[in-house]
Amino acid sequence: MNKFWTIVGHTYFSRVKAKSFIITTAITLAIIIGLANLPSILEMFSSDDESEHVLVMDESEIYSSYLQEDEISGGAGITFENFEGTEESAKQEVIDEKYDGLLIITTDENNLPEGSYYANRISEMGEQVEIEQVLQQLKTVVGTQETGIDQETLATIYAPVTLDTEQLDDSARTAEEMNQSRGLVYVMLFVLYMTVLVYGQMIATDVATEKSSRVMELLISSAPPITHMFAKIIGIAFLGLTQVIILLGGGYFAIQANQDTMAGEFFEVMGLTNNDPVIYIYAVVFFLLGYFLYATLAAMLGSLVSRIEDVNQLIMPMVMLIVIAFILAATGLSVPESTMITVTSYIPFFAPMIMFLRIGMLNIPIWEIALSISILVLTIAAFAALAARVYKGGVLMYGKSGSLKDLKRAINLSKKE
Amino acid sequence: MLKLSNVTKRFGEHTAVNNLSLEIPESEMFGFLGGNGAGKTTTFRMILGLLDKTSGDITWQDKPISYNESHLIGYLPEERGLYPKLTVKEQIIYLGRLRGMKKQDILQKLDEWLERFKVPEYLDKKVQELSKGNQQKIQFISAVIHEPKLLILDEPFSGLDPVNVEMLKGAVKDLKNQGTSIVFSSHQMEHVEEMCQHICILQKGAPVVHGSLREIKRSFGKKNLNIRGDFSMEFLKDYRGVASYKELPDGCALQIEDEKTAQDIFSSLHGKGFVRKFEIEEPSLNDIFIAKVGASYE
Repeated sequence: MNKFWTIVGHTYFSRVKAKSFIITTAITLAIIIGLANLPSILEMFSSDDESEHVLVMDESEIYSSYLQEDEISGGAGITFENFEGTEESAKQEVIDEKYDGLLIITTDENNLPEGSYYANRISEMGEQVEIEQVLQQLKTVVGTQETGIDQETLATIYAPVTLDTEQLDDSARTAEEMNQSRGLVYVMLFVLYMTVLVYGQMIATDVATEKSSRVMELLISSAPPITHMFAKIIGIAFLGLTQVIILLGGGYFAIQANQDTMAGEFFEVMGLTNNDPVIYIYAVVFFLLGYFLYATLAAMLGSLVSRIEDVNQLIMPMVMLIVIAFILAATGLSVPESTMITVTSYIPFFAPMIMFLRIGMLNIPIWEIALSISILVLTIAAFAALAARVYKGGVLMYGKSGSLKDLKRAINLSKKE
Repeated sequence: MLKLSNVTKRFGEHTAVNNLSLEIPESEMFGFLGGNGAGKTTTFRMILGLLDKTSGDITWQDKPISYNESHLIGYLPEERGLYPKLTVKEQIIYLGRLRGMKKQDILQKLDEWLERFKVPEYLDKKVQELSKGNQQKIQFISAVIHEPKLLILDEPFSGLDPVNVEMLKGAVKDLKNQGTSIVFSSHQMEHVEEMCQHICILQKGAPVVHGSLREIKRSFGKKNLNIRGDFSMEFLKDYRGVASYKELPDGCALQIEDEKTAQDIFSSLHGKGFVRKFEIEEPSLNDIFIAKVGASYE
């Protein structure tokens, strides 16, 4: 046990002290803090964005007075100004950039307003969209007044319809509940995905490094390969924990420090408040199971490589598995009840993500959860046993490598004959 | 005492070690010889438990070796390996702790060893900054820092300059005198000849010669005969009792079956011309190795 913690400590501290780790963590933290401050940064850049000034020429002289009313032009951010004079001189004003544009309103055959808009530059998302809306509004007001409908009636017609939903099955989650846990499920999926990609790679590289520098033979003559392997997995887990705590902590404080209102909103949107506490326990359980499953796989694959350059090639299958799991889970967020999701929630490599998704999004019986966890635990045990064999042979195996065929060679090497 | 009885290791069809039985007494240095691929490293790995033996028994102090004894065992692998990016200090502390030592003891011992190898300034240097020979010294320290009772050295002197070889040899001899059983393998016969009481020559996984060095030399029987003279010695090629003949610019080097042959040759030389040198030599381990291992190649 002593040796186990010696290896854990060595794995952890040699990584934590490494420049690469410190720099990566610092950069990621900077990005997180940057993202948390994004609204204020954007505001800083758009502060010079003043409202547009548009000249209006109105033959009928009725419409222009409407345009000054808040109900029609309010919120569009455009100030309309009446122009007395010729069209030519108005256009000249715009060309001289005294005004942003010129709007000429005429009356069509139905006695309703229509307009022409002149500006130095017309861009697709520019102010003409807003001007079109203003004109539309103007047309509605003028039109309804023409036909004698008063504003109140109009408002009643345009008010949004109400639809009350109620589920008759009590065990099903309400839409509200589902929305709440969706955020948490998504966070857990993403964190597990990143963890497997980043730290799985780290474990495989670490093992391969010790092998390629040939220090491995010395290590496993002091401590059993299986001790070494699990100490490595735990050591990297602590490393991951350290990094996640730094990043989450940094992010949390960045959000809180910058906008008090934003923090609350952020967590509410992400569905991180008002969740059933049990779901957090499940999140941790499935996260740990997922980590150990993939970490064991990574250590096993890493032990097959003799050169660090081959690590990426060999852990490709593992990466594919986690990518497939993530895609399945992301799809499942919108259709958690589909057969595919139900089936894949029992397949070990997908279960950590997909079973948790089902727990979060649906109300599923406890035996289903227990079954999925049992399958996972058994698979991890089986993989650990296999990985220990492969590891024992793999770490002594040198030469050309880079394919899964080496798996068989490694097992043969660890056998008695 | 380290005892190997009828140890066999097969990798699929290939037999790496075949029915090997050895006894290595306490405070002894045991030499392991053999050509490339003879099974020396495989044997060491089986002793250490890195590989499972196919059949046979390996015991030390009458007990099978397990990881519980790892603090009593030191190992210098053939393929040297240290963490290139760690300093000598970090390196040895880690490896020493894995052998069950306390950090304080490790630092104290490390200072003594670096002092002995005249490289105290390497304490805080990274291993990758050291020359190959100096890395080897560090590797050696990592194998002996915990004062093992059983020390396995796989090619300990390869790649070292003569001064460093002497330094390491001295250290190995001291360890032996302190009661450590040492098993070591080498291609360099003179090292084995100088240091070991018992040897074993492996050939394709099986021992071809095994026993005390003196016994082996005596029972080998053949002796070397060097003759220098100003006349042709061609006629000795087919002389009765001459096992091999090698012509030299001013004479020849013979391998003869026994001393009687030497006497016969001596009388035959009479009248042929002036003999500058006539010398009978004990066979060297090199001769024995070539005779035993070379013979089975032919």
